[in-house]
Parts: sequence; structure tokens; C-alpha cells
Amino acid sequence: MATNVTKDSAAQASAPDEEPVIRLRDVGKLYGNIRALEGIDLAVRPGRVTCVLGDNGAGKSTLIKIISGLHQHDEGEYLVDGEPVRLNTPRDALKLGIATVYQDLATVPLMPVWRNFFLGSELTRGPWPVRRLDIQRMKQITGEELSAMGIHLDNLEQPIGTLSGGQRQSVAIARAVHFGARVLILDEPTAALGVKQSGVVLKYIAAARERGLGVIFITHNPHHAYMVGDHFAVLRLGALELNAAREDVSLEELTNHMAGGAELAALKHELAQVRGVDVDELPEEVAAPSS
Amino acid sequence: MTHTATPAAATPPASPAVPPKSRTAERSLARRALARPEIGALVAAVGVYLFFFAVAPTFRQADSFATVLYQASTMGIMALAVSLLMIGGEFDLSAGVAVTSSALAASMLSFQLTANVWVGVLVALLVSLTVGLINGLLLIKTGLPSFLVSLASFLMLQGANLAITKLLTGNVATDTISDMDGFDQAKSLFASEVDVFGVDVKITVLWWLIFAAIATWVLLRTKFGNWIFAAGGSKESARAVGVPVNLTKIALFMTVGFAAWFVGMHLLFEYNTVQAGEGVGNEFYYIIAAVIGGCLLTGGYGSAIGAVLGAFIFGMVNQGIVYANWNPDWFKFFVGVMLLLATLVNLWVRRQAARR
Repeated sequence: MATNVTKDSAAQASAPDEEPVIRLRDVGKLYGNIRALEGIDLAVRPGRVTCVLGDNGAGKSTLIKIISGLHQHDEGEYLVDGEPVRLNTPRDALKLGIATVYQDLATVPLMPVWRNFFLGSELTRGPWPVRRLDIQRMKQITGEELSAMGIHLDNLEQPIGTLSGGQRQSVAIARAVHFGARVLILDEPTAALGVKQSGVVLKYIAAARERGLGVIFITHNPHHAYMVGDHFAVLRLGALELNAAREDVSLEELTNHMAGGAELAALKHELAQVRGVDVDELPEEVAAPSS
Repeated sequence: MTHTATPAAATPPASPAVPPKSRTAERSLARRALARPEIGALVAAVGVYLFFFAVAPTFRQADSFATVLYQASTMGIMALAVSLLMIGGEFDLSAGVAVTSSALAASMLSFQLTANVWVGVLVALLVSLTVGLINGLLLIKTGLPSFLVSLASFLMLQGANLAITKLLTGNVATDTISDMDGFDQAKSLFASEVDVFGVDVKITVLWWLIFAAIATWVLLRTKFGNWIFAAGGSKESARAVGVPVNLTKIALFMTVGFAAWFVGMHLLFEYNTVQAGEGVGNEFYYIIAAVIGGCLLTGGYGSAIGAVLGAFIFGMVNQGIVYANWNPDWFKFFVGVMLLLATLVNLWVRRQAARR
């Protein structure tokens, strides 16, 4: 039931200064007869951070899995550099320069930082029977890449599990950048982190943008999104509720969309029926941008 | 290698311009030594050595020490392979009887075909590698824990060892092969003695140390070693960054197969005949040696040197009790105490090492 009606105008809302690396046109996904995603239009440009927001079950994970090659879309078009693609594995995505940093799957905790950095893409030297790891070079490159991202570690030999959550995510980001990623997908990198650690990760997201990468930042925290985002897409029940550039949306609007303004009002009404909840103390829901 | 695809200049991010202060002091040598997985085993080995050195005069002689090393080596070669497998996150409970299976295969094949023993030796190698391959494939295809998969293959091998031996020889032991072609040659490779500074040392001791050196090198200095740690440390993360986890695990099971073949060949050419029921229970000793040597049961941590030390402790306790004229029935009690102490030491050491 692929609807090949592509609305060019809808796909882009932000300034078209650079051609998008990734563009989704009217993308949909079905799990059996459950419609997980419908009519998604999204563009990811180099040097821009695209934030994907949404509540649990809104379809964020499905969208990310399609972009990173874990799942395939059933409807619409997925374009990389203007070419329609169909990615079958994360490896296909990596070849096109699309790297995903998962929240829990980033690193092997007991292994040293430098081994983690090069895991799966180790540098070696020497002919076959005695081909060995080029430890010197790997440590050096790891150190350089990490400082280029603003991460300073004294000891690259320390197990990566001894780093803080934010630092671990940051090493994973630096690794993706080093191995040629053009688009970085960050799956809720701040979800399990405290305020300070989230700040660390947000800083590296900004750093990745400075280096010219397109970033897809999945989160359900509008405040985190607004700090680094250039473009915002809010998902609700598998469809785009909001798809706007930074200029066109305020933090209040974003928060409101994210929290689901109408539902919040209904909840407030319900709470009013319950004794012991002082509804008057609750803030008025922000229906319109108040700033 | 693809790297540094940075369209923009690799400028540092808009981080504060203050140079980052180093917040951690340089770790002391002692602390860095504590971070090694085998440090607990080293301390224990020295302790056990001094203990028996003090209480058993016979233990001090060079000949006795050679016997200790021999005891340690036959267990140690297996413990090496098992420790690699454990670092890779898996168990092999069939390792003990797999040694016997390999020896039986070589012995009976040579005898029944009246072929050169080398034919039997090579076929036994194939058999052992195949057992490892099947263990690995079963693990990956079924997704069951290796504890269960290898428990099943342990029982199957144990049964097959007895049944096939009885079927072919009508007995529970194989016929002696000492008068067959190639026996002496093979014996010199697997079961001879070499003179080291006037002391006769079994050749397995040398093989053990050579294998330990290779295992250490592979583990710490090669791509494959990196994959072993990653496969055991976090399978999903490893897969996500492109490590062939399944291939690594199958290769590790086949390494155990290779070690079982080697030790099986030693037993065959040492004693000329093989008892079909042997080997049961040894798999636990291999695992214990690996654990004493610092391997984590959950995988992702450990060392080959640790397994060497673990097996060495085993050899010392085993022979030391005899040299001290104690009742050898106490051996297993000692092993239990050692295991408990070693795991506690390892736990403590890891906590120390994990501190920043």
C-alpha cells in the first residue's frame, strides 16, 4: 500500500542551505496490522542537530531502527544523498556513514578505553602469522580523537566501566566520528544520566555538530533537545505532531507538544476530582507561546 | 582504515578555554599491579610454595619439583584453553571427557586399522576439533547457556567413550599400541622427557609454557584476543561494533578441542593404553584453575598467565600433600579452600582495581 505521493514542500522546513544527507519521505512501518509509523517526513543535514521527541511508545525507536538499518520501512522513501536506499543491516548503514550510538550498547565495561575505541576495527601491523595490534598508534589516535571532542582522560588503560555514564557515551560518540560517520544517531543518550552528566553529553553533541556531522538526537526531554537542536520533530502515536525548525518553535511550545497539552488538561481535570490534590497550585497549561 | 572524515576543521568544541585539570593522580605501581587479573593467583602460588617448602622436605628437591610441574602441565594445558573460553564468556563441561575421547579415537583407530599411529593421531585431532565445533554451533544455534549445552555433550561423550570402546575391544580399556609403527616418534613429541639442568622434565611442561606464551600473546596483542574479551564482556556491544562474536566463540570451543587432543595424545603415549571411563570430573579442575587464576565466571576478564598459576597451585597441592606424608584424601578439601580463598581475593582485588 505504498503511497508514492511525495510532498516535497512538507519534507523540509528548515533553511535548505545544505542538501540533506538523510531524507525520509512519507515513511511508514507496519508490525503485522499495527501501524507503528505513518507519514514521517524528516531531513538530516550536515552540521545540524535534528531532535526527535516523543513519549514512550510514540514510535521513536521504530524510526531510529529504520534509519540505522535494523528494520526496513514498509511505506514511503528513505533517501541517502538523494538516492533511495533500503538498509538490511546496521553494517549497510555504517557503510553509508550512518552510525548509531545506543544507550546501553555502546561499550564493553571491563575493557580499557583504547581497546573499546577500536573494538571491531583494530589497527594491526606485521605479516599474518605475527600480525599484532598496533597498540602505540591506537592509543595515540584514541587520545587525539578524544581531546578533539573535548574529552580528557589521564589513563587510556582504565576500564571504560570506571568512567561516568556521560563520559562513556562521549567516547562512543568520538569513536563513531572517528570511523567516518557523517550522520550520528543518538538513542536517548541522556536518559539514564544525571543533570551534570547530561550536560557533558550535550556538549559533545554540539561538538559533533561543529565538526560538520548531521546528528539525530532522540530524547523525551524537551529542555535537552532545545539546548542543542536546530530542528524538532515530535512524534505522537506514530505520526509527526510537530516538524519545525528552531526559529519556528519556542521551548514552551515544544514542552507543550511533548507533554501533550490537551491530555495534560484532561489529567488536571481528573486530578481535581481526587481529594487532596490542590489543582490551583498547578501551573496553567501553556496553549500558546507565552514568551 | 577509514578515519577522520571531518568535513569541518577538527576544532575543539566550545568547551571552556581553561586547560583541563588532571583530577586523578598517577596510579601507583602497586595499584597498577593489583589491576592485573592474575595477581591473586601469584600471591597464592608463592604462599602455597613457601608452605610446602617449609613442611615437606622432599618438596624442596628438584626431582619433586619436576613432578609438581608435570602434574600442573597436563592440567594446565587444558586450563589454558578453558580460561580463554571463560574469558570469552562460556563454559565447557565436556572438556574432561573430551581428553579421553581423543585418546580413545587415536588408539582404537590405529589398532583396528593396524595403521601408523600418526593416522590415529591426526584423526583424533579432527574428532576433537569437531567436538569443539559442534559444542560451539549448538550454543549459537540453540541460544541455550553453554553450561547446559556442554553438560549434554559431556554426558554424550562419556557414554560414547564407554559404549564404543566396549563395542570395538570388548573391554573398557584399549589395547596397547606401543609396538605399532610411529609410536616412538609420537611418544617423543607428546610424552618424552627432556633434560633441563640435570633434571628430567616431562616434555608436556615445555609445551605447557609454550602454549601459555602463545595464549598470552593472542589474548593481549592480537585482534582475536580483543574479540575474546569483548565477546565475554558484553556480547551485544561487541556485535554492535562489528565483532564476529559467534565466530569467536566457535573458535574458542575448538581451541578447547585442540587442547583436549594434545593432552589426550600425551596420556595415550605415556601409558600406551586408555581407560574409557577416565576424565570425568576433570572439567571442574580446569574451571577451578582458571577461576583461581582470576577468570570471571561471567566472562570478559582473566588471563592465560593466571590459568598457568592456577594449574601450578593445583600441582603443588596435589604433590605437596604426598610429600608432606599427609593423607591424600585431604586433597579435595584443600582444593575447596583454595577455590574459596582465590575467589574472595579476586573479588577484593577487582574492587580495589575498579577504584579510581
